Amino acid sequence: MLAFLVRRLLTLALTAWLATLVVFAVLEAIPGDPALVMLGTSAQPEAVAALRAQMGLDRPWPVRYAGWVGGMLHGEFGTSLTYARPVAGLVADRLAITLPLAGLALVLSAGIAIPLGLFAAGRQGRAGDWAVMAFGQMGIAVPGFWFAILLILLFSVRLGWFSAGGFPGWEAGAGLALKALLLPAVALALPEAAILARITRTAALDTLREEYVRTAVAKGLPRRVVLRRHVLPNALIPVATILGLQFSFLVAGAVVVENVFTLPGLGRLLHQAIGQHDLIVVQGVVVLLAVTVVAVNALVDIACAAIDPRPRVTV
Amino acid sequence: MRGFVRRVRRLPVSLLLGGLLTALVVGAALLSLVWTPFPAEQVRVVARLRPPGPVHWLGTDHFGRDVLSMILVGARNSLAVGAAAVALGAMLGVPLGLAASAWGRWGDEAVARLGDLLFAFPAVLTAILLTAALGAGAVNVVLALGLFNAAVFARVARGAALAVWRRDFVRAALALGRGPLSVTLVHVLPNIAGVVIVQGTVLFAVAVLNEAALSYLGLGIQPPSPSWGKMLGDAQTFLFTAPLQAIFPGAAIAVTVLGLNLLGDGLRDALDPRHRSAGLL
Repeated sequence: MLAFLVRRLLTLALTAWLATLVVFAVLEAIPGDPALVMLGTSAQPEAVAALRAQMGLDRPWPVRYAGWVGGMLHGEFGTSLTYARPVAGLVADRLAITLPLAGLALVLSAGIAIPLGLFAAGRQGRAGDWAVMAFGQMGIAVPGFWFAILLILLFSVRLGWFSAGGFPGWEAGAGLALKALLLPAVALALPEAAILARITRTAALDTLREEYVRTAVAKGLPRRVVLRRHVLPNALIPVATILGLQFSFLVAGAVVVENVFTLPGLGRLLHQAIGQHDLIVVQGVVVLLAVTVVAVNALVDIACAAIDPRPRVTV
Repeated sequence: MRGFVRRVRRLPVSLLLGGLLTALVVGAALLSLVWTPFPAEQVRVVARLRPPGPVHWLGTDHFGRDVLSMILVGARNSLAVGAAAVALGAMLGVPLGLAASAWGRWGDEAVARLGDLLFAFPAVLTAILLTAALGAGAVNVVLALGLFNAAVFARVARGAALAVWRRDFVRAALALGRGPLSVTLVHVLPNIAGVVIVQGTVLFAVAVLNEAALSYLGLGIQPPSPSWGKMLGDAQTFLFTAPLQAIFPGAAIAVTVLGLNLLGDGLRDALDPRHRSAGLL
């Protein structure tokens, strides 16, 4: 296990380092002067020169890259041009919305998908199974952002139960803030739940074919008890792996869904930063998200290997 | 004729339904090359936000453009971006996966690490990064989606090729003195083609979804060229006055993705009976 752990952590470090190289290289490839791109062609030459100095554009790229990565290791992501604030602080503010949103979406998706998947597996080939799998197909096919718009249309425009967007802030009270996050979280959870329900069903069907499950059934245990006590814990290993892999889709989904609901989260910050040509914010946030995706995947691998020794052989 | 009907009835339901839906969307895209009810980019402010009716079957948008015409041309744009992203991914990923399977441990390691790196950047994130550097547009979307697809194709091709390399006829070919390149082209590639085609269909569906999301954000296909994602973005502004405008482009995306996913499932069932699932499941 220790050798696996060391190997996985080394892979994580290598991938994270490569991710920083990719982000740096892409923004390095900008045609023309990045300072001029950020400030616009009508900017004063003094302002362009000052920004060039701040970004260290007069230094060779290896020195700049080393300084950038070194800064990030100390929590320094540079200063946003638009907000005149350190990117790290901006990110921390926005995470106060994106993290609860992603967490809520994850809980909703697991809360919907796992019971549905188990339900379908217990009724393989019957109407209930078909209904769950049809939900799975539809959930994957319906774009999250369209579903978000449909939710606004129904619950905000028609029924008036929720606001069509925006965020009152946590200081307005947890109830109001969570209410503002509920529709976005449902929109974010739907495609994830659809995929997860299919995975849970397959994993549960595989487990149902195991000898010990047949023994439990033969002993006369009720189906519900067999599903809960014997099938669920074993089916959860592939489900946990997929849940971890889905984190990257959740990140991508949050960028879009936050924009549908005008939630001032990390995704919206990133989208606005593009419109504002704030490359320092784009660079910092993209690296942070990419490294988080890599880290979450590694953690899921390690957690799964701790529960189930089989993956250690193949990874 | 009876034999043909019997053969068709034996095909998986998902293949038939998926094929039908995909044919419908491809047909709409092809139709838009020769006919649309109105020119898709024609602005007529006097006819803005019209509800569906006999003249404009699906109504008009906030610029008075005919929604049906935009959806037809949008199908063409969406399928073109999806096809280009899948082709780019396959052209980069399949040779990489084949090479990794032939080169043994180091090749494997290189493809696994490259895969890790590309998976660290969800397609939307890559597109955002490329847009920040090079500006918005369909080409950058194809590049972003194609790179992500390449990682998936490389992994799938490698996995499938490794299984073929272990088979007796490949060992026999090697024993007869054929080189790895020749064995790869003559024996391995034809035997993994089915898996690659199935994966391509699924990635096509993912590319259509991602293109729509990026166009919604204004990072994909640029106006005045119609795209389903951008149409939804525009429709959101008029949810109170013209709610139906938010229905049609979304339904077009859902039908396309559903068709491609069902087609992928059906092809998998038809090409590999071990994977056969019940009906639509």
